[in-house]
Amino acid sequence: MNYEVVIGLETHVELSTESKIFCSCGGHSAAKEPNDCVCPACSGMPGMLPVMNKRVVELAVTAGLMLNCEISRYTTFDKKNYYYPDLPCAYQITQLNHPICTNGLVSVGKRDIRIKQIHMEEDAGKLVHEGKFSFVDFNRTSVPLIEIVTQPDFRSAEEVVSYLTKLKSMFRSGGISECEEGAMRCDINISVRPEGSEEYGVRTEIKNMSSLEAIEKAIRYESQRHIDAIEFETEELVQETRRFDDVSGKTFAMRNKETEADYRYFPDANIMPIIIDDEWLEQIKSAKPVAIDEKAEAYRNAGISEKEIEMLIGNFKISKLLDDVIALGCNAKDSAAWILTDCAGILRKGGLLLNDLDITPEALSTIIKQVETGKINRAAGRKVLIAVIEDKADPTEFIKKNSLDAKLDENAINAVIEKVIAANEAAVADYKSGKEKALQAIFGSCMRELKGAGDPAVIKSLLEKKLK
Amino acid sequence: MKYYAVKISDKGSIAVDDTILVKGAQTAAGSRILEGFKPLFSAEAVTRLEEKGYTVSGKANVGEFGLDLVGEFSYYGENDGTLKGASAELVAKGEASAALGVDVNGSTRRAAALSKVNFLKPTYGTVSRYGVVSTAASGEQLGVYAKDTAKVKEIMQIISGHDEKDGTSLKKEYEYSDTADVNGKKVCIIKELMEKADDEVKALVNTYAENLRKNGVVVEEVSFDLCDVANTAWQILYSAETCNNVSRYDGVKYGYRAENYKNIDELYVNSRTEGFNFLTKAVILYGSDVLSKNRYDACYGKSLKVRRVVCDKFEELMKQYDAVLTPVASKAEFAPYDISEAFIKVFNEGVFTAIPNLVGTPALVSGGVQLIGWHFAESTLLSLAGSVERMGE
Repeated sequence: MNYEVVIGLETHVELSTESKIFCSCGGHSAAKEPNDCVCPACSGMPGMLPVMNKRVVELAVTAGLMLNCEISRYTTFDKKNYYYPDLPCAYQITQLNHPICTNGLVSVGKRDIRIKQIHMEEDAGKLVHEGKFSFVDFNRTSVPLIEIVTQPDFRSAEEVVSYLTKLKSMFRSGGISECEEGAMRCDINISVRPEGSEEYGVRTEIKNMSSLEAIEKAIRYESQRHIDAIEFETEELVQETRRFDDVSGKTFAMRNKETEADYRYFPDANIMPIIIDDEWLEQIKSAKPVAIDEKAEAYRNAGISEKEIEMLIGNFKISKLLDDVIALGCNAKDSAAWILTDCAGILRKGGLLLNDLDITPEALSTIIKQVETGKINRAAGRKVLIAVIEDKADPTEFIKKNSLDAKLDENAINAVIEKVIAANEAAVADYKSGKEKALQAIFGSCMRELKGAGDPAVIKSLLEKKLK
Repeated sequence: MKYYAVKISDKGSIAVDDTILVKGAQTAAGSRILEGFKPLFSAEAVTRLEEKGYTVSGKANVGEFGLDLVGEFSYYGENDGTLKGASAELVAKGEASAALGVDVNGSTRRAAALSKVNFLKPTYGTVSRYGVVSTAASGEQLGVYAKDTAKVKEIMQIISGHDEKDGTSLKKEYEYSDTADVNGKKVCIIKELMEKADDEVKALVNTYAENLRKNGVVVEEVSFDLCDVANTAWQILYSAETCNNVSRYDGVKYGYRAENYKNIDELYVNSRTEGFNFLTKAVILYGSDVLSKNRYDACYGKSLKVRRVVCDKFEELMKQYDAVLTPVASKAEFAPYDISEAFIKVFNEGVFTAIPNLVGTPALVSGGVQLIGWHFAESTLLSLAGSVERMGE
């Protein structure tokens, strides 16, 4: 018999906000030592009250818009009660009754995945176990999360992986989350049924998965376990929560649903209901980054290569720089090359990554325009770029100071060409005897002699004229 | 009843209930579970008073988390046989010019009535709850004890107003008065509440009504039959919220930790078993029950609906009257009793005090009686009480 795997996902994504969800502490990524980013509020001391971080609402709405959700105009928070040392108040502030987004849809390949809801909540802290002792680190406590809950619409591990990959690039390009290691965590609900069956099989949940590779492995293992249980009656399937062990590649039961704690959810009276009015929603919509597919298409139409598009889509900072430079009037394809080839190359020499790029769109567009309009040549442009990136030079001043834009008249160029020809008799002879390649060497010498000044096309044609 | 911490030296100074944070001074809310807890910051109301040159002279003892009748069940207190609240007594004796207290289930109002001082529980959202050892966030308010209405007004003027550190704080400015003209104002006495009070209390309310009439106020008796359901709803809501808010006191981070435990579960259970008194445990159990999956709709969910209904009906009543005059408690004095009876006793007395907590309206205790008004009617209440107060001058 053939079986169909049915999967639903709950995905927690850490939001890229400057401060935590209910206090002004920096996010835990800013922390160097345990409990660096902690205040009386996020460590659960009496007397402190949660104050909503507006940015969290905006990012959650943006995520909802990207996933084609309905945005709730009235949204509230609830308290979820459970005891654990990494949860300082012994309750988590989350959304149960009025989540921020509902009823979304996202396509993965040919499959439409329905989004049930997106809600906002706070993260818990971290326990560090050392020998006899356990230590609590509250840096991550109250870091804002969104949880995206899908309907059971996935039918394979591949679909899950491509959905998560899509979420990652979407959220990165939208500035919603950096999606760094561990910043995206999934609970996977999985069941198996005979193909064509309408009824769902017994459902198990695999908790707290973050690597895509492990997720794929876990789904494959778990669905096979279900099939074996149905087909060969190897075991009786029960609804339960399971944990995936990366080493053995197997899942293990954690606890039964029946005995699961009652979280005693109830409304949080400290946080007033949040009303998202038309004005605010429009403001968020207008700031919303273009949907990822549309953006890739726009880049493609501008002649940017697939490889470059891939690099751009996954990187909010860099694609924004490119968009800004284009908006300042530069050619899209050239600009992409300047950023992804020239800037990246310069940074790499200094042992840095493209993400370390620190250049204003204005400075970069100045350089690109000077080259585009022929005021300086490309080699000179690159010189300016190095000075801007490495020494924070002002491009216009640098060009002036080094006379890179000096208009060379033909006489001056010819003088240099004559000098080079005289010094390279062998190469000249080779060229004249038909070795085309020799021209390049002579041209290179001319360029060196001119120190990057002058239009290469003009120089080349003058050189060819001289050698005729 | 003992109060502790800083010695009262300055008669113009302010006492602060131990349910309110004062930077550096132990704030234990009368509970062993917070033994030794010294806050890193002061409550907003305390800070505002200090900025205006008022001195906080000390922390006044309270019953554990302010949940009992008047302050009789504190881990730090010694019951001398009479039931009186520490802050109310300090103010009555003139040892503090005023005091701050947190009204969550009537304890502060009953204490004020017993000591014959004023206590104002302001409209929800007018005074910042930043720095309040929270039990029931949806209805608790920080209020003021003082000998006369003029002093209540003076302190309220300073501590009220928006605070961005409290998400429930209203963006509003206030101008209080205790001398507005009361001639022609209309006050009603709720029949159902009078029936629950003993003769001494009834006489107290009737005398007060007579005095109001002498000042030109119209006083009438009306029926408002939602008092009992309103009280039950508030007891459910406040127990649930208290259960949740005190769950952070687990012996892990600060305060009291049990000496003997073998694992994290024992650390929790033993610290909380030894750290909370019987009344708090009863509230936790009750609150936990009404929030449980099977009981939520019938108890907590229903109470939220009752809150809505009571709010609407009370607003209707308050369209016809400027204030309600009621007893504060069933008796003018309480005899010492065993803590095992506390939950029921407080529950029953709640019928007199619950509505203002449930629907966020102001309530002023003065001369041993209570005046309740609609939202932001503090000046009306203070002026009515002020007019009676000034008759004795």
